[in-house]
Amino acid sequence: MLYREAGDFKTTYAADSQTFPIAFDRWRYWAVLAVAWLVIPFVIDDYWANAILVPFLIYSIAAIGLNILTGYCGQVSLGTGGFMAVGAYSVYKLMTAFPDVSMLIHVVLAGFITAAVGAAFGLPSLRIKGFYLAVATLAAQFFLVWLFNKVPWFYNYSASGQISAPERFVGGIAVTGAGTAPAAQYLICLFFVTLCALLARNLTRGSVGRKWMAIRDMDIAAEIIGVNPLTAKLSAFAVSSFFIGIAGALFFAVYLGAVEVGEAFGIQKSFLVLFMCIIGGLGSIFGSFAGAAFLVLLPVALKVLGVDLLGWPSSTVAHLQLVAVGALIMFFLIKEPHGLAQLWRIAKEKLRLWPFPY
Amino acid sequence: MKTKTFVTAAMAGLLAGSAAWAELVVPDLSYRTGPYAANGTPFSDGYQDYLNLLNARDGGIGGEMIRINECETAYNTEKGVECYEATKGDSPLIYEPLSTGITYQLIPKVSADGIPMHTLGYGRTSAAAGETFPWIFNYPATYWDAASVAINYLLSENNDDLSGKKIALIYHNSAYGKEPIRTLEALASKHGFTLSQLPVDPPGQEQKSQWLQIRRERPDYVIMWGWGVQNQVAIQEAANVGFPMDHFIGNWWAGAEPDVMPAGMAADGYKALNMNRVQDYPVLKEIQAQVIDAGNGAGDGSNVGQVLYIRGMYNAMLTAEAIAKAQELAGTSQITAAQMRAGMEALEITNARMAELGMEGIGPEFKVSCQNHSGSGEGLVQQWNAAEKKWVPLTDFITPDKSVIDPLIAEDAAAYAAENNITPGCL
Repeated sequence: MLYREAGDFKTTYAADSQTFPIAFDRWRYWAVLAVAWLVIPFVIDDYWANAILVPFLIYSIAAIGLNILTGYCGQVSLGTGGFMAVGAYSVYKLMTAFPDVSMLIHVVLAGFITAAVGAAFGLPSLRIKGFYLAVATLAAQFFLVWLFNKVPWFYNYSASGQISAPERFVGGIAVTGAGTAPAAQYLICLFFVTLCALLARNLTRGSVGRKWMAIRDMDIAAEIIGVNPLTAKLSAFAVSSFFIGIAGALFFAVYLGAVEVGEAFGIQKSFLVLFMCIIGGLGSIFGSFAGAAFLVLLPVALKVLGVDLLGWPSSTVAHLQLVAVGALIMFFLIKEPHGLAQLWRIAKEKLRLWPFPY
Repeated sequence: MKTKTFVTAAMAGLLAGSAAWAELVVPDLSYRTGPYAANGTPFSDGYQDYLNLLNARDGGIGGEMIRINECETAYNTEKGVECYEATKGDSPLIYEPLSTGITYQLIPKVSADGIPMHTLGYGRTSAAAGETFPWIFNYPATYWDAASVAINYLLSENNDDLSGKKIALIYHNSAYGKEPIRTLEALASKHGFTLSQLPVDPPGQEQKSQWLQIRRERPDYVIMWGWGVQNQVAIQEAANVGFPMDHFIGNWWAGAEPDVMPAGMAADGYKALNMNRVQDYPVLKEIQAQVIDAGNGAGDGSNVGQVLYIRGMYNAMLTAEAIAKAQELAGTSQITAAQMRAGMEALEITNARMAELGMEGIGPEFKVSCQNHSGSGEGLVQQWNAAEKKWVPLTDFITPDKSVIDPLIAEDAAAYAAENNITPGCL
């Protein structure tokens, strides 16, 4: 009744090809943006920022990045953690070398550096596919972590081998360091999430994205109709790494503040982001958000429920969480391989006919 | 957080049945899951059981009950940060995360929020410089003290001459494991031994290549900075390559029952440092009677008397003493985190007091001051007797070489102060 195309006339080509063809969706989209930008910054506190919203936003960027590579272009990658580390160490070197430059510029530059590294590690994808490519990206993961542990230049020769973010500013407001207001942390992440999601959405429905999807669906056929696999695959690696680099930079500088490469950007991180894509839905921007929200919120929700409300021992809850995440991944892979995004799509289809389904 | 605090407060009110604000809140960032659980569990058991003993026996400290707020970190920094944010709204008095990684994460946060943090023989060594790190304490000893104690012990074994010896450091490839390198390098140039470094990637189940290298290089001694499953694997691998166990020395986080038990008789003779003497203290009987037999034990009671259990209890004792000191200084039993900090900075542990508490000789005597947050730095060497399944102390407390450590601490603290625009000074 409310959710339908009927009566919403498109009179231009631009209107016809817009992201949200249904008026209700457009309103919902603007409402979400308005709440995110205009309401949450005023009510956010330390706990909501550091435990829920900031990690959710950062993982969303990483999941969008991996989704471009794996979901849209079909190239499986297990190197996400390593590429996030490139973003983190680039932003660290940049922010310590040029303390007066705005963090926004540093984060974007870190994204570009990661894009270059990602494209370099994407080169094998021209020759190898599937599992073999996954193993090649796994090598990137281990190589990058080893590199950042091995070469002291990357961590400015600190005794512990850790990198820690000094206080840095955007237009006079601290966004990194211990004294950062939760609203500032949240807003800088939200800024990049909004930017990245818009960019990703428009890339994926344009000619670039269509080339990626052609490669994903059948690379030989794509080559025959004139898609250059070299540019398509490498651009997917570069764009994906750009997003992942931004996520890594924010993860280190804004969220954690101090990072140990082996722990923060290890292989578990690669799997975590991959699970976000799988649970959320491969090849969907909304799915990236849904997957990130799911895997960030689930442990917190389980903890609040188990420890705070039911008074169970914290170790039992931690074990239960492992069981729950494993069970849910199996459930989704069997019952809904297209992830949460597919559930959302089905819900929308049903909503169009509501309340008179045939 | 509003709802969460409300819910937590409501629950606490329900459970305690009394006013939630009349309590001393002590969070316990423990880990009972993951590859470090074998070591995290006994420590947390000892920590909580001692505080519960104070609640049961003395009605808390200075008439205020202690409320323990346990939060599972799995030795993971992200979860540690989440735990910190989740518990800090409860006006906690102190944080003791039992993880060097989480410590590095929390140093700027607790300093900004004004909550003291105590890292018992772990964490950032240069936090000993209390004027630069006013909120961070690492008494009774630091990693650099541990490195120096180990070398001093080896000196005493070798007629004060280590020149030409080869010593290998096998370490957890993280901030924790890298801590002692700087001191060991300084000591190597002072005493003329060569130091080779063998990193083990956490969690450390796989160490074949490191031990092959040790087998090839044949160092005279191997020193280990390990934690969790890494210790068990290293001791097993050392036995496999036939490295003499009495030339293998762990630091104080690599010398407890869970580390040596899996290797069985092969671990016999393995040495490790310790910052607290392990013996049958009278206080353990009280814990058994009033906490564990009463059904209030944090664990199943099987860890009582083990190395890490006693260390957890020792940590809780130091915290309780600091709370008592803070109450005395503030003139009120209802102290704040800032008053707690003052209490920690004025803490003095004497042999008489330790005997009074039923743990005579558990640790060295020390006194904390604004300039020195690290205490005396003494440690002892103990050896595993696999037949009797017992750690046997070999030495008394050994004093570290402060002439090497102090300049290194001053240098590192000055670098931190410069990086973070801190003007050192007493609060």
